[in-house]
Amino acid sequence: MNTKNLIMEVKDFDFTYAGVDDPSLKQINLPIEKNKITAMIGPSGCGKSTLLRAMNRIHDLYPGNKYGGEINLYRENGEKENILNLKKENDLIRLRQDVGMIFQKPTPFPMSIYDNVAYGMKLAGVKNKSELEGRVEKALKDAAIWKETKDRLNSSALGLSGGQQQRLCIARAVALKPDVMLFDEPTSALDPISTGAIEELLAELKKDVSVVIVTHNMQQASRLSDYTAFMYLGDLIEYDTTDTIFMNPNVKLTEDYITGRFG
Amino acid sequence: MGGKLFKNFSFFSATLSFFILIGIFSILFTYAQDSIREFGFDFLGSEIWEADEDDEEIGIFGGYIPVIGTMLSTLIAMVIATPLAMGIAIFLTEIAHKTLVKPVSIAIELLAAIPSIIYGMWGLFYFAPIVQSTFGGQGVGLLTAGIVLAIMIIPFMAAITRDAMNTVPDVLKESAYAMGATKFEVIKDVIMPYSKGGIIGSIILALGRALGETMAVAFLIGSVMAIPSSITDPTTSIPVLLANNFSEAQGLEMSSMYYLALILFVVSFAIISVAKFYFLGKKVK
Repeated sequence: MNTKNLIMEVKDFDFTYAGVDDPSLKQINLPIEKNKITAMIGPSGCGKSTLLRAMNRIHDLYPGNKYGGEINLYRENGEKENILNLKKENDLIRLRQDVGMIFQKPTPFPMSIYDNVAYGMKLAGVKNKSELEGRVEKALKDAAIWKETKDRLNSSALGLSGGQQQRLCIARAVALKPDVMLFDEPTSALDPISTGAIEELLAELKKDVSVVIVTHNMQQASRLSDYTAFMYLGDLIEYDTTDTIFMNPNVKLTEDYITGRFG
Repeated sequence: MGGKLFKNFSFFSATLSFFILIGIFSILFTYAQDSIREFGFDFLGSEIWEADEDDEEIGIFGGYIPVIGTMLSTLIAMVIATPLAMGIAIFLTEIAHKTLVKPVSIAIELLAAIPSIIYGMWGLFYFAPIVQSTFGGQGVGLLTAGIVLAIMIIPFMAAITRDAMNTVPDVLKESAYAMGATKFEVIKDVIMPYSKGGIIGSIILALGRALGETMAVAFLIGSVMAIPSSITDPTTSIPVLLANNFSEAQGLEMSSMYYLALILFVVSFAIISVAKFYFLGKKVK
């Protein structure tokens, strides 16, 4: 594959949880294309969230997990960096600013709407007030939540609805101008209308950022994504364009899953 | 039928505690009447506590010293205990290795269960000489009482704070780390604000406990009716004065002691009420 369009690349990747003998992910190879949406689907326990959580090394919050292989992040100048080699806390912080993450449940911090969005930038050392204000506004606009929040920026983020909170979390991540954004079942706790809003937002977002999304919802994967990876029991079974995976998969197992014969 | 019986019984139990509260308050208030009529609010500003030489039924009694002693010893205890208890709670929830959490937690819960007289004895015979050689003074005094009080309330505060911090969802912490926060920043910006209600609640409950503590303080504060001019000076506190003088007091002195008890009751009640309604009542989402 042409590496020019890649933003990330998972190569011969193994992952073993602390205290477990058998690896949860085995020899995963997965390219993540720039400015595309890559979906990871598969039944519960297949390892898709585990893989996603390796891509910003959030696994490292819990000691004892073991990585093998490579996960490369391609920088703008074309250099690649194996993020599994990062050791220092500062390097991991930098990685997480470049590779944002949105979780299954909305996770607004216990602070105002404005502070939620400004938080990551403040951590990153942005002090200039007008710059902060400008970037907060832009992030909220990018996350399609500016209209609902512009008159209540100083009120608590906990007062927003679930769908609004999730868009706020996206705004918060977007504000850091990441290269990649990882979504771990971002709509599974939301109602259909909020889900629709988030999906529209994702389609907009890919202009600026590469998206990896884990989802249980196959319709969502087929609607949204450009590429789809099907995983099963810690193996990556098949990766291709979403059209191929859903219309004409190469592997029988993929077809069985897509057509709802198991999972 | 059984449902009605149960309903009545639980109604009775619930109202009983309310009546006990009212009952205690009115007894204190009634018995303190003589002293309240005699000294009024000046009671709080007067530092003399003396029965008349000829007639032990009367005399001049002021609550300034025990009130100040109570406030100062509690203040010292809170200043020492709060940061340490926070530190213990943060260590247990965020920093300690899994294998360490359980033994330390159990140790803390055991410390909270030790009867206060044991703290008093330990403080008097072991700790007071250390304070004396380090800070001067007579061994017993405000500082010794304050430190031992702090040691007594730390486990209590740490346990409540730890429980509050344990309610912070993992995913919330993870999302702060995912923004590039360090452990310190996650503690400061997410865990502390999220568990604010529980933390303030624990501080106030510990404050209430320190204010009313009798036995340990009686051993350690010196039980001297004197205004402390330095932090190591002996003085007295409300519960200690009450415990020491009850057997001999009569007449106006007895009434004045009820007055002191009333003050302590009202202050403790106010503190707990503030904790309940103002901080714990606010729902932390």
